[in-house]
Amino acid sequence: MQARYALLPVLFALTVAVASVGPAPAGTIEGKVTYTGTPPKMKPIDMSKEPTCAKEHNPPLLSENVVTGPANALQYVVVYISAGEQSAQPPSEPVRFDQKGCMYVPHILPMHTNQPLQIYTDDPFTHNIHPMPKRNPEWNKSQPPGAPPIDTKWGTPEFIEVKCNIHPWMHGYFAVLNTSHYAVTDNEGNYSLKGLPPGKYTVTAWQEQYSTQSQEVTVGATGAASVNFVFKVTPYLY
Amino acid sequence: MGKLFGVVLAIITVVSAGFIVAHVWWMPVDISTIGPRIDRQLDETMLATGVLFLSSQLILAAFAWKFGDDKERKIKYFPGGGGPLIVFAIILVGMEILVLSFVGSKVWASIYMTPPEQGSLQVDVAAEQFAFNFRYPGPDGKFGTVHPERVRDGNGNFFGLDPENDVDARDDVIVGTLTVPLGQPVALTMHSKDMIHSFYVPELRIQQDIVPGLTIPLHFTATKVGKFEIVCTQLCGLGHYSMRSFLEVLPQDQFDQWLKSQSGD
Amino acid sequence: MSSPEPAVHHHGPPQSFIRKYIFSLDHKVIGKQYYGLALIAVLAGLILSWLMRIHLGWQAAAIPLLGKLSPTGAPGNVMTPDYYLSLMTMHATLMIFFVLTTAPFAAFGNYLLPIQVGAEDMAFPRFNMMSFWVTFVAFVVLILSFFVGDGPPLAGWTSYAPLSSVGGVAGPGQGTGQTLWAVSIAIFCIGQLLGSLNFITTTLDLRTKGMSLARMPLSTWGWFVTSVIALLAFAALLPACVLLILDRTAGTSFFSSAGLVVNDQVLPHSGGSPLLWQHLFWFFGHPEVYIAILPGFGIISTVLPAFARKRILSSRAVIGCMVSIGFLSYMVWGHHMFVSGMNPFSAVLFSLPTLIITIPATIMVLLWLGTLYGARMRYTASALFSVGFISVFITGGLSGFFLAQPSLDTYLHATYFVVAHFHFVMALAAMFGIFAGTYFWFPKMFGRMMNETLGKWHFWLTFIGVYCVFMPMHYLGLAGNVRRYAAFTDNYLAPLIPLHRFISISAFFVGAAQLIFFFNLFWSRFWGAKATDNPWEATTLEWSTTSPPPFDNFGGRHLVVYHGPEEYGVDSDTLEYVMQTAPEQIKTT
Ligand code: HEM
Ligand SMILES: [Cu+2]
Ligand SMILES: [Cu+2]
Repeated sequence: MQARYALLPVLFALTVAVASVGPAPAGTIEGKVTYTGTPPKMKPIDMSKEPTCAKEHNPPLLSENVVTGPANALQYVVVYISAGEQSAQPPSEPVRFDQKGCMYVPHILPMHTNQPLQIYTDDPFTHNIHPMPKRNPEWNKSQPPGAPPIDTKWGTPEFIEVKCNIHPWMHGYFAVLNTSHYAVTDNEGNYSLKGLPPGKYTVTAWQEQYSTQSQEVTVGATGAASVNFVFKVTPYLY
Repeated sequence: MGKLFGVVLAIITVVSAGFIVAHVWWMPVDISTIGPRIDRQLDETMLATGVLFLSSQLILAAFAWKFGDDKERKIKYFPGGGGPLIVFAIILVGMEILVLSFVGSKVWASIYMTPPEQGSLQVDVAAEQFAFNFRYPGPDGKFGTVHPERVRDGNGNFFGLDPENDVDARDDVIVGTLTVPLGQPVALTMHSKDMIHSFYVPELRIQQDIVPGLTIPLHFTATKVGKFEIVCTQLCGLGHYSMRSFLEVLPQDQFDQWLKSQSGD
Repeated sequence: MSSPEPAVHHHGPPQSFIRKYIFSLDHKVIGKQYYGLALIAVLAGLILSWLMRIHLGWQAAAIPLLGKLSPTGAPGNVMTPDYYLSLMTMHATLMIFFVLTTAPFAAFGNYLLPIQVGAEDMAFPRFNMMSFWVTFVAFVVLILSFFVGDGPPLAGWTSYAPLSSVGGVAGPGQGTGQTLWAVSIAIFCIGQLLGSLNFITTTLDLRTKGMSLARMPLSTWGWFVTSVIALLAFAALLPACVLLILDRTAGTSFFSSAGLVVNDQVLPHSGGSPLLWQHLFWFFGHPEVYIAILPGFGIISTVLPAFARKRILSSRAVIGCMVSIGFLSYMVWGHHMFVSGMNPFSAVLFSLPTLIITIPATIMVLLWLGTLYGARMRYTASALFSVGFISVFITGGLSGFFLAQPSLDTYLHATYFVVAHFHFVMALAAMFGIFAGTYFWFPKMFGRMMNETLGKWHFWLTFIGVYCVFMPMHYLGLAGNVRRYAAFTDNYLAPLIPLHRFISISAFFVGAAQLIFFFNLFWSRFWGAKATDNPWEATTLEWSTTSPPPFDNFGGRHLVVYHGPEEYGVDSDTLEYVMQTAPEQIKTT
């Protein structure tokens, strides 16, 4: 017993030593997310209830459940390392979620578990932020104009849908992940995960409507690996 | 003191009534077929109560002015005592009650106790924290089946439809603005998903609670083109104040065009 | 001629501080305790109404320190809409239950009813003590909700299901806070049941010799009728609250219907009915507003003749009106539910008794007016509040004509017209009754006079102020302004915002005027002029004993009553008024 614990400081010292050995050789995983099939048509959002926003978004914005780009690209797909990584400390710099013109910016906000999350409002009227987690504690807070940002964090990895009850069209996600290696695809469906030490990884892609897909990939000492995902879509959003 | 009270009360009374008489703040235009009858009922009630208000407050003011603590004067009793006053009250108020409730009940019955006309435009209403959503049956004239477990705001499935497996649901038109044709009877069937809400359009002069678990019918015919607000009047949670939608009344041809454009794709 | 001793409770005066002032069995101490509780509650309710009015006038206003009280309810000191509704709910709950039920009924009734009927104490002093302390516990439980999780409940004082019954999923305030609300009200019911039993028994059994029912002062009649109403009303609310608590904590579905989908989640309820809550609640709730106002009728009908120096026009008619109002109050609860989704035909049926209630109310007003006619009215602060009572009661009663008609209720229901109506007819009238009673009986209760000048200032500012606050609410209602709104974002409401600001500013004045009253109370309590036994030259039994009365009320005397309660301005050579206990030989005409 005693002897085993005596080893702990040594282990600790080693870890520190490894961690501080300059920039480790970093690989990158890149790729594109596309779809096959007919995607559902996104409907224009009726913001007439909040005239400021209706005026700001004219013609109306489309809802963001399934956003496609050129060449069958799929936007707003979260791609992240789901296995193979050494467990890491959450970054201490906060991520920022905004409410702006009755929309969430960004639509999907990825973050590390226990990473500080700040929720801002830029709008001249009240919003309420209502994340609806299944595994984390649920809450529902109002933020009147000029209120300070809400400081919070999430402890358990989960894709958390967030809505505003006052503006029911406001709809976004917190992607709470056990990694800091994540990306959200852009309008061309592209993503890249940078700064990965060589090794074998599982890469997972998650789309709010079409759930997840995973692939295994090995990153070499310097190389970049490429992983593409294809989602099968139907014209029915629901 | 009594004199002062008389003066102050008289001023309050006259000013209060003045704002009513001058209609400084008043009901918005009425846009429904039953509106004029409700307005008439309200005017009559206002007249009756207005007379009672002015007369009773001013009598109170006058008595306060006149019958202060004046040691010279002998105490007087009201001529005839309480009996005549009681009879007077029973007759006066009794008649007013009979008239008002007779006429009023007919107005009430014509809104709430008569079925909607044949061939009314059917619109399904789903109220939720904190929005109204409206559903038209689409070209097939049939509403898709509602599955509560499929209800999701996040993807706009406010009614819990299953278009993939339910053909009727595919062409249902779901909108956030209640659009109706001018002069055509509209029959709403209202549901609430969560709390009690209420459908209120001041211009229609109608208000009706929407109780979860019940199907609540309501019908009206709009008589003016325009865009009016639908507001929720039953406390339903934090966003109650913001729960609103619009009623858009269009001429028949524009309405048809609108409906077609909505169900076209 | 010897008569049997009246059945009066005998218990010696207590010695210890705790027995004397805290767990006292003395109805007078209990009455003062109730009054003190009402004072704390009304101050809290008033401050809440200020906060609400600030927010309604100026949405973005930062209210210093509010963020300290509730960091989630007022982040950056700006009130959230949910917190507005919470404050509104607490305002109303405090005012209705802990002010308007306690002050006019439990406080004055406790203090004065036994004395006015010539008893030494209540019939069940121990129940009486329990009644207060149970009520106090209810108060503490209610206030606790300010300090739990997401704060006080926001479902209004009516707490309609399913908003009140499904728990925290319904949104902020609907978690622990709402449970505490239901528990508090259930406890409150128990307290009032104990109290009203006591009132009824005392009135029926402990009247002194000669105090026939017809010779009872009208204030006693008011408390007596109120206690009968309260016994039935709280007996209905108690089980309703118990069912609500079960729905919230034990997973039952009395008030939650099947298939509720809240925030995309299907709730596991089935078989309940939201309308059931409304029926149970209003079966209590409508009589409750008469619990608030009937003692006021009694107080005014007692105070008015004392200052008018003449008999009330027909005290039998006043009693008849109070009894018939009490009776009818159980047949009209549905008028709160015209557009609730119940069968529309029942609206017609509920409308008629509602309109009929206006007959006894009108008769009473006419009798008061007739009493003023030809009077020699001494306009003290108490008298001013009595005539003010008549004015606000008329105003509030007349708007009832609109709301009693289903065909107009479809337009006016749930608008500020209703807020105006019930503030006038219930809140203001009852408050004016409380004020009239306080200025009238304070000398008896504390042995010192209240300052008249301050009292008059209090009256004028309050009287003018409340008309400025609540009269415009009728106009808002006519313009379709919905109540219980934390902000007015609708286009058609925008032009009404200046009117809201006017109301808010007036409300600050009215509130400030109440500080005069508070000051007067505390100042007079310690430094007021010493009161004589009968400073108003009034006739009822409490004025036949010392100010304040001794422990057993009459110092061991057993009073015998020979006269009616309001022999003022009598045609006698020697006397202008005749006490109820005056010797039989004195003639009254
Ligand atoms: C200066 C004094 C007062 C002011 C300024 C005031 C103001 C208000 C306001 C602004 C509301 C909310 C209206 C809404 O949002 O719909 C309200 C509601 C209410 N008030 Fe007062 N109030 C005062 C005194 C009282 C008193 C003495 C009572 C005693 C019964 C009372 C009973 C109520 C009740 C029952 C409600 C209804 C709450 C609900 O809808 O559930 N108020 N008051
Ligand atoms: Cu929002
Ligand atoms: Cu609502």
